Amino acid sequence: MQMNVSDYLIFDAESGTYIENPEQAVRDDVEKHHWLNVLRAVIKDWRLYLMLVPMLAVFLLWRYLPMYELLGCFKVTDSVKPVAEQYYSGFSYFRTLIAGSGTLTTEFWRAFRNTFLLSFYGLCFGFPMPIIIALFFNEIRSNIMRSVYQVITYLPKFMSTVVMTSLVMMLVKQGSLTSGMGIISQFLVNIGAVTEDVAFKQGLMNNPSFFRAIYQISGIWETAGYDSIVFFAAIIAISPTSYEAAQIDGAGKLAQMKYVVLPSILSTIVIMLITRIGSLLNVGYEKVLLLYNTNTYVTADVVSTFSQRYGISGTMTGLASAAEMMNNVIGMLLVIGANTIARKASDVSLY
Amino acid sequence: MKRRLEISELIFKIISYVLLTVFAICCLYPFLYTISASISGREVVDYNRLVLFPKDIQFDAFSRMFNNNMFWNAYTNTLFLTFYGTIWEVFLSILGAYALSKKRLLFRKGFNFFLVFTMWFSAGLVPQYLNYIATKKVFNAVGIMDDKWLVVIAMGMAAMNIILLRNSFEGVPSEIEEAAIVDGATEMQVLWRVYLPMSKSIIATVTLFFAISRWNGYFWARQMISNGNEHPLMVYIRLRLEQYTDPEQMSAWSEPYSSDSVIYALIVCSIVPILVIYPFIQKYFAKGVNVGGVKE
Repeated sequence: MQMNVSDYLIFDAESGTYIENPEQAVRDDVEKHHWLNVLRAVIKDWRLYLMLVPMLAVFLLWRYLPMYELLGCFKVTDSVKPVAEQYYSGFSYFRTLIAGSGTLTTEFWRAFRNTFLLSFYGLCFGFPMPIIIALFFNEIRSNIMRSVYQVITYLPKFMSTVVMTSLVMMLVKQGSLTSGMGIISQFLVNIGAVTEDVAFKQGLMNNPSFFRAIYQISGIWETAGYDSIVFFAAIIAISPTSYEAAQIDGAGKLAQMKYVVLPSILSTIVIMLITRIGSLLNVGYEKVLLLYNTNTYVTADVVSTFSQRYGISGTMTGLASAAEMMNNVIGMLLVIGANTIARKASDVSLY
Repeated sequence: MKRRLEISELIFKIISYVLLTVFAICCLYPFLYTISASISGREVVDYNRLVLFPKDIQFDAFSRMFNNNMFWNAYTNTLFLTFYGTIWEVFLSILGAYALSKKRLLFRKGFNFFLVFTMWFSAGLVPQYLNYIATKKVFNAVGIMDDKWLVVIAMGMAAMNIILLRNSFEGVPSEIEEAAIVDGATEMQVLWRVYLPMSKSIIATVTLFFAISRWNGYFWARQMISNGNEHPLMVYIRLRLEQYTDPEQMSAWSEPYSSDSVIYALIVCSIVPILVIYPFIQKYFAKGVNVGGVKE
């Protein structure tokens, strides 16, 4: 490729200086993406491209190839033949799920509703907690004390879902002839929050009306401390002079909160809120799967567990994939929408 | 005027301390209770006489568990999965992230989108399951009979962590890289001698995230590992909990410990490694979240 300075710079009579030639930039771009030049660049830099290959292969094989299995949504599946050999049945699974009249339809809509409600309640109760905790962290001036609080409150985040759910189940287990109920059930009975009948005989884990509360409270226990990191980082970035200025103007603590701290971390709050709204339909299947049982399906069954029950434990793979695909497609639209709004609102994009 | 300020500040400070202490106690209590319950005597645990401090201390629940081969199997399997899984993920992620951080990489936007898209949309549990089953058949056909390798190789690899690494690599000044190239460094040497030492803390963070998610992995290990002897610890704990009412798992009346204590002891053993490394790494992950949380 012959390079000539005069191709790149043209004389602009208006300003009297040389400016970049936009046409040449376009020509360069076309030139750069000509397949022969691409090949030449790749060969010249082959080490760099080789580094990329293993990672891309993993994503291709175990993230993108499963999407091919989604064809099963539109085919009659019997899970014996590979997807390629099955014949198309159109949208029958989707029709069954959305507008059928059997138990599958009612169960699907129940699962969809539960998915939405679980994350909506999480948004209402779980979202403000990290912000409040970050505000409190900011009040603690001693670095050692603050580190102690941080170490302790981040800890549950690092426990596995299995450990966490096992603990929850042990702490609220029902009683039997040979042993009492869990310590938290005992506490709730003692303060009169639940009746002995429910806590001892039935067990809180087997009562559908307690599932959502257990899910949210254990969720706050698990993540509130850790999620406060982002907000705390935003708070400590506030310049001390802002506080001083507010103090000189006679602002008390609450006024400082209102006029200094909250406006400064507002953009962080908005971004986190939008992300949260974007993931309204992504309820982690593992936690629900480990916490629910046949007694609590009414409030606990979410789309991914519905899909797991029929597609992995059962054999209705096509129907189960269809259910989760609908959920995930709506979820993806929410994420993209939320990200677009975030970009427009604050010039900050999440990805 | 000055007086009012001090009072409002003091009240707020006291409220902060009190509420944070309450929250910290709530966070810690289940773990402390678990430890106490694992070493307390039978009646204390069974009849809820335990509040916080252990009573009638016994270590038989632990020794019963330590004498169980299944427990050691599970522990070894978890160590295996964590060790090889983390190495595999960190290795691939560093190479990939390094390539992605280079401006001269062609189709860079496309490759980035290829990663990020997996964060937006996943095929779902059932298609993934069918895919893993197919992979398992391929693995068996080429002679890899141990399902643990399937879990190590095919699972994990979070796009978020790769993006964290990529962002950090992009922050390395290009002058340093150019200086190394002038001195005759190859691509691998640039990565090894320049980029890795300059991104130590982010690599530590990402390694930690990978290792913890491997240690805690449950669902796919349970679905894909068919041989019970190959199950990792988390699957073992869950199975024990599911067989809670199974008479074989209950402790006999003559024993000094409750059957609950065995499960509590199991949980203690599974979280001890995390508790041990946790204070050392704690300072890294706050940094990691700040760097990668928001990309402008």
